[in-house]
Amino acid sequence: MNETTNNGLQGKMEISDEVIIEINNMHKWYGEFHVLKNFNLHVKRGERIVICGPSGSGKSTAIRCINRLEEHQQGQIIVDGVELTSDLKHIEATRREVGMCFQHFNLFPHLSVLENCTLAPIWVRKMAKADAEEVAMKYLERVKIPEQALKYPGQLSGGQQQRVAIARSLCMNPKVMLFDEPTSALDPEMISEVLDVMVELAEEGMTMICVTHEMGFAKKVANRVIFMDAGEIIEENEPQEFFNNPQNERTQLFLSQIIQH
Amino acid sequence: MTTDSQYAPGSHPDLPPPASMVGVVGWMRANLFSNTTNSLLTIFALYIIYLLVPPAISWIFINSDWIGEDRSACTSGGACWVFINARLEQFIYGFYPEAERWRIDVSFFLLVALIVPMLMDRFKHKGWLGAVILFVYPVISFYLLAGGSFGLVKVETSQWGGLSLTLIISIVGIVGSFPIGLLLALGRRSKMPAVSAFCTGFIELWRGVPLITVLFMSSVMFPLFLPEGVNFDKLVRALVGVTLFSAAYMAETVRGGLQAIPKGQYEGAEALGLSYWKSMGFIILPQALKHVIPGIVGNFIGLFKDTTLVLIIGLFDFLGIVQAASTDPKWLGYSIEGYVFCAFVYWVFCFGMSQYSQSVERKLHTGHKR
Repeated sequence: MNETTNNGLQGKMEISDEVIIEINNMHKWYGEFHVLKNFNLHVKRGERIVICGPSGSGKSTAIRCINRLEEHQQGQIIVDGVELTSDLKHIEATRREVGMCFQHFNLFPHLSVLENCTLAPIWVRKMAKADAEEVAMKYLERVKIPEQALKYPGQLSGGQQQRVAIARSLCMNPKVMLFDEPTSALDPEMISEVLDVMVELAEEGMTMICVTHEMGFAKKVANRVIFMDAGEIIEENEPQEFFNNPQNERTQLFLSQIIQH
Repeated sequence: MTTDSQYAPGSHPDLPPPASMVGVVGWMRANLFSNTTNSLLTIFALYIIYLLVPPAISWIFINSDWIGEDRSACTSGGACWVFINARLEQFIYGFYPEAERWRIDVSFFLLVALIVPMLMDRFKHKGWLGAVILFVYPVISFYLLAGGSFGLVKVETSQWGGLSLTLIISIVGIVGSFPIGLLLALGRRSKMPAVSAFCTGFIELWRGVPLITVLFMSSVMFPLFLPEGVNFDKLVRALVGVTLFSAAYMAETVRGGLQAIPKGQYEGAEALGLSYWKSMGFIILPQALKHVIPGIVGNFIGLFKDTTLVLIIGLFDFLGIVQAASTDPKWLGYSIEGYVFCAFVYWVFCFGMSQYSQSVERKLHTGHKR
């Protein structure tokens, strides 16, 4: 990340007042284990939020609750006006509008890159095949790998696969994008090609929630950084304040450990 | 010998492998005579081959009789293929009336004609043709074989037999058990307790009893539970038994494949908003089935060979009819020829299925996992 462009995006982008994700007093347990404790988060349209914290702090679990890959037991999650309950219709409606990228990409290995991108638009959005392919090529160009469209995921590098995964989500024209440690499984050489795509996406005004350890990325694009530990939000602030003037002891310790590397 | 230091770092060229790795001599040294024990084993194996193969070839091909009308033609001391020749029609058609045998031929060649385009890569309308094979063809061939309408003489199923009966039972069993097995496998992994309990119970029940028992129950016990006057055809009962029996095995094979699919694939599909059936149909099953093609074809081959058990409920399949023919006083003493022929035909079909499965595996191989 280029340090001179720090906060380059701040203020450049419009954030509307419309709240698109609303999480109120959410609790989650794995059996006896209390993973998420009184989790509250309001995300406005166009906002970019980075969640960080030590492993096991519940950050992945928290964003996986937003599209109900994990079920919460208490509290309320409202995505784009629809409350997430066990109602399958609501869940599928929410998943259509919320894109997600995973640590291990989760591309479909038996389908070509293009088919990976067109499957959901065709079968969920009921798009015509030709239209879906056109949209897919548009997004594959945006993530800079249109020439790989007919290859299979296994023939691509990790960085290329993650960019395909981003394109696949974008093909559904989502209102929110969730990123669950998108660069953690990548070689150092490939991290920047994925982050570049994510920065571009942020510049276009996409609402994003990223769980990541890339602090440079957080400084550059985030409106808010959230620090989690042991299932709770410990600290929440604008990136400048968060990195330069962390309030909580645990945040200070976490940041000092990251910076040492 | 060249020293590696003669190349500057980063400029080492690709060199050919050493001579002992390539060529016939290299291969023989590596595979047949790599050490003393292996050399001795190689020589021993060659001796065994020498003992067995030439006499077998002589019995089957050289000292055998091929042409003739009855056993008086078999004089040369080798195999008497005249027996097979004379009874071939019966081996294929069983006791199906001679005048009506064209109906079996027609339905067989119709099936071949429908399946050939399915195997060709260039053919575009596989979906439609598949639907015709699965839903239209069985109706046509049922009316053709059973008769009783459209001006065709009714042929009782007790007259069916031979290779054609074996093929009918296996094809119905294979085509019927596959979808049922898929549903059972998905059901057993279902989050709904009732569905999962039913499927588990069904699978364990059918896997827990031998096929002979299933066939015996279907033919002897089942009619006792039916009201007076209602009677299902014996062949239909056998078909249902074979299909459900094989579906239980199929379900467990498919479930093995389902378990090999990483959780991320389910999550990837869910996160895109795909419904359960769509994510199963497009994402999970295609990958799971690809993993277990060898197991599925193994089930099919097993089913094909197990069909011969219908003999115990009085249906004369291929093996049954060959056995019956070799007890005919006119051909006593030639049962070995009958069994060898029988084994050969079974082998051709099973080997064909095996080869086809390997070609499918190669075709579906996208080279890389995840």
